[in-house]
Amino acid sequence: MADPMRIRAVAKDGATSVKILMAHEMETGQRKDGAGKPIPAHFIQQISATWQGKVVLSANWGTAIAKNPFLEFSFKGGQKGEKIQVTWTDNKGDKRTDEATIN
Amino acid sequence: MNKTRRNVLKAGGGATLYALLAAAGMLLPEAALAADWNQKAFEAKNLKDALGALGAGNPANSDAIFITAPEIAENGAVVPVAAMSKLPGTESIAFLIAKNPTALAASFDIPAGTEPGVSTRIKMAETSDVYVLVKAQGKYYVAKKEIKVTIGGCGG
Repeated sequence: MADPMRIRAVAKDGATSVKILMAHEMETGQRKDGAGKPIPAHFIQQISATWQGKVVLSANWGTAIAKNPFLEFSFKGGQKGEKIQVTWTDNKGDKRTDEATIN
Repeated sequence: MNKTRRNVLKAGGGATLYALLAAAGMLLPEAALAADWNQKAFEAKNLKDALGALGAGNPANSDAIFITAPEIAENGAVVPVAAMSKLPGTESIAFLIAKNPTALAASFDIPAGTEPGVSTRIKMAETSDVYVLVKAQGKYYVAKKEIKVTIGGCGG
């Protein structure tokens, strides 16, 4: 199981800004190991963030997102104390959901 | 998410129940996303094929798309990029790196109420133009910025 995400959500002036740091290798499949064998691709393909049951951002990713992906965005609304959930799914079917409270 | 489902269950009755459940299923992010990953676009080897697979064809150049990225990235493995669209009705923002082994890096869907701007970090194999493709009101627009890379991020 992958390590938890670090999620920071801050409400200010009627909008909530969200910063997410995921723990993932994001292996491209282009690299070779010491013995010259290709290292299989292993990367997050899909991510979505929800607030109050509403999807506020979703994305599809390829292999060119950097290791331990960072993502920042903001949406209108959101109050201190409300929760947001972030879920990612990788190409091996591994999945992780984490929740954060808006500050 | 569960709340929505409960409401739907309460509201649904008889023959309409299945239809409502199906509609609710469509709203779940996992379900909505599962079918979405565009393999053809993500495996396209060059910019033109990736744009084609996204259905973007020949996007119009736009000066209402702003790309924030370094002129020179010392390490191609971690290149911070941000894109902001001032185009009304922005629906999606995608990042494409012309000279990467596969051009398409990411595609973000921007629902109503979400700011049409995202920041992330990408990998770049070599110095390249980075394209930001924006879909707004059903049409595609593009802007680009060259980022010079001193050490590639896809070696090995």
